[in-house]
Amino acid sequence: MTLKTATPLALDTTPGGERRKPVRRRSTQVQDTPVDRIFMVGVYILLSTFLLIVLVPLINIVASSFSSPAAVSGGRVFLWPVDFTLIGYQAVLTSDAILTGFGNSVFYAVVGTIVSVTLTVMIAYPLSRSELVGRKVLIGGVLFTMLFSGGLIPTYMVVRSLGLLDTRWALILPTAIAAWQVLIAMTFFRSSIPGELYEAAQLDGASDLRFLWSVVLPLSKPLLAVIALMYGIGQWNSYFSALIYLRSEELYPLQLVLRNILIVNNTGGTNLADQMAAEQMADLMKFSLIVVSTVPVLLVYPFVARHFTKGVMLGSVKG
Amino acid sequence: MSAAVQAPVAVTDRERRRRTRKRNLRRHWQLYLLLVLPVAYFVVFQYIPMANNVIAFKDYNVVDGIWGSPWAGFDHFERFFANPVALDLIRNTLMLSLYGFLAGFPIPIILALALNEVRARFFKRTVQMVTYAPHFISTVIVVSMLILIFSPRIGFMSDALGFFGMDSNLLADPDAFRSVYVWSDIWQTAGYSAIIYMAALAGIDPSLYEAARLDGASRLRKIWHVDLPGIAPTVVVVMVLSVGSVMAIGFEKAFLLQNPLNLSTSEIIATYTYKMGLLNADFSLATAVGLFNSVINLVLLLLVNTVSKRVTGNGLW
Repeated sequence: MTLKTATPLALDTTPGGERRKPVRRRSTQVQDTPVDRIFMVGVYILLSTFLLIVLVPLINIVASSFSSPAAVSGGRVFLWPVDFTLIGYQAVLTSDAILTGFGNSVFYAVVGTIVSVTLTVMIAYPLSRSELVGRKVLIGGVLFTMLFSGGLIPTYMVVRSLGLLDTRWALILPTAIAAWQVLIAMTFFRSSIPGELYEAAQLDGASDLRFLWSVVLPLSKPLLAVIALMYGIGQWNSYFSALIYLRSEELYPLQLVLRNILIVNNTGGTNLADQMAAEQMADLMKFSLIVVSTVPVLLVYPFVARHFTKGVMLGSVKG
Repeated sequence: MSAAVQAPVAVTDRERRRRTRKRNLRRHWQLYLLLVLPVAYFVVFQYIPMANNVIAFKDYNVVDGIWGSPWAGFDHFERFFANPVALDLIRNTLMLSLYGFLAGFPIPIILALALNEVRARFFKRTVQMVTYAPHFISTVIVVSMLILIFSPRIGFMSDALGFFGMDSNLLADPDAFRSVYVWSDIWQTAGYSAIIYMAALAGIDPSLYEAARLDGASRLRKIWHVDLPGIAPTVVVVMVLSVGSVMAIGFEKAFLLQNPLNLSTSEIIATYTYKMGLLNADFSLATAVGLFNSVINLVLLLLVNTVSKRVTGNGLW
């Protein structure tokens, strides 16, 4: 499995990268004919439509989350809050189940990311060194897991026999390494760490570990950022492992709590006397809940979008 | 002794290789040390589960364990296919992913080509920033948004559908399930999927555009003769990957979008495996169904890749 194409790092496709000048400006602007101008109008209409299709549902959710329970239940909110209020957020942020879920998710995301990134570097770096005996076999072994996987029940049986059922480790260990990330990291190490550095380090008597720690890792910060974010967001957003491995509600990550509230419609015991008001409040809470649980991801998004884009590029290198 | 005399070259060769290998191990033992934990991960959580698939051919029971349980041959596969539900499941799975592929594959390409024409940096950046964002929203949230937006009582989309005279409760409609699934997927991923084509477009040799300009090519002709051939290898790779994974459609979203009313189209192999295995505790049957699915998938991927390499010269490897 050799690399067929170089890594295209397209700086002008990266949002948030405005500080940098594009690598090459297309001085080759095609002269616009009238037909071209009509074509460009079509292009702008197409993109604006797509922009609106993506934006409108998001705005509707946010607008609803700031509206009154009655307005939300009556379906009167479209793109602007009706009877502006924060009680939806108040209700969400005082719910024990949600706060516990939030805390758990932070734990899973942080610990899971540390474990995953560490293990990924531990396998990707040796595999990027051509001196390694059995390198091809090991790479094949990693890549094969992308084509064929054990499946739900066989994996469940392993987790059960290790006694991990209903423990926090069940959400971290079985999905600790993604073959895709190993591939990305390996490609990065091979293409971005100059061989001369290694030779120089060897002359200085540095061991492999020392070289990895003091030279390779400091040079690989963009890569570490990419894979940490991919693992972190993946962990934050997943509910499947929790659904199959966890029984105790106090271990539930936020996404599973959300699923139970938002989709299974299990709002838990509300002690509001008025049934109608309780229902309206439950409707509003769903909107606020969506915003609260998505904000952490969307907050980091602008800062990470650039790195993510690079990650996609790195991943597009065929292995 | 005589053997060594007869084949001195072979022996010293092998000997030398053994020695280099030994020296390599001694000098780079730290690299091998690093590998221990990750390799253990792959063995325990990837390869042992693959081996556990053997229970698809056994009558698994907890007491005898995986290897002690009696063999059952292809009984569980036969049991699955004898069930009329099997054909529905396969059809649902295939229809859902084929629909997803046919609708979802061209859109990111069109988006990337359109974005590539735009020179207004602010507009371009805004479209990119906004359309990438849904990719980072979790499946649970996307499905919740769908449920709220299409709710006949509170959602604005059901009002819009009602306005056009359509059934306003889409999520309970088995005929609408696939469309809801596929188009919400496109809503969520089209922008992000365009990135890879944007990168391919940025990598096209500028002299080709120069030549097109000298020839007086219009924008459309430039897209047709320069852009499309330029991104063709990327398109093929993405296509091979998506066709190769038609049977691998994920559990997460289908399961969340399921309700008792739309089960006739929303029950796919992945959700059935979950229900049979973990809710009904029929481990052997669920494993057989899952294995059937994985094998079909692997065969499809290899097949598509081979065909693609023959026809276009591009493939995954």
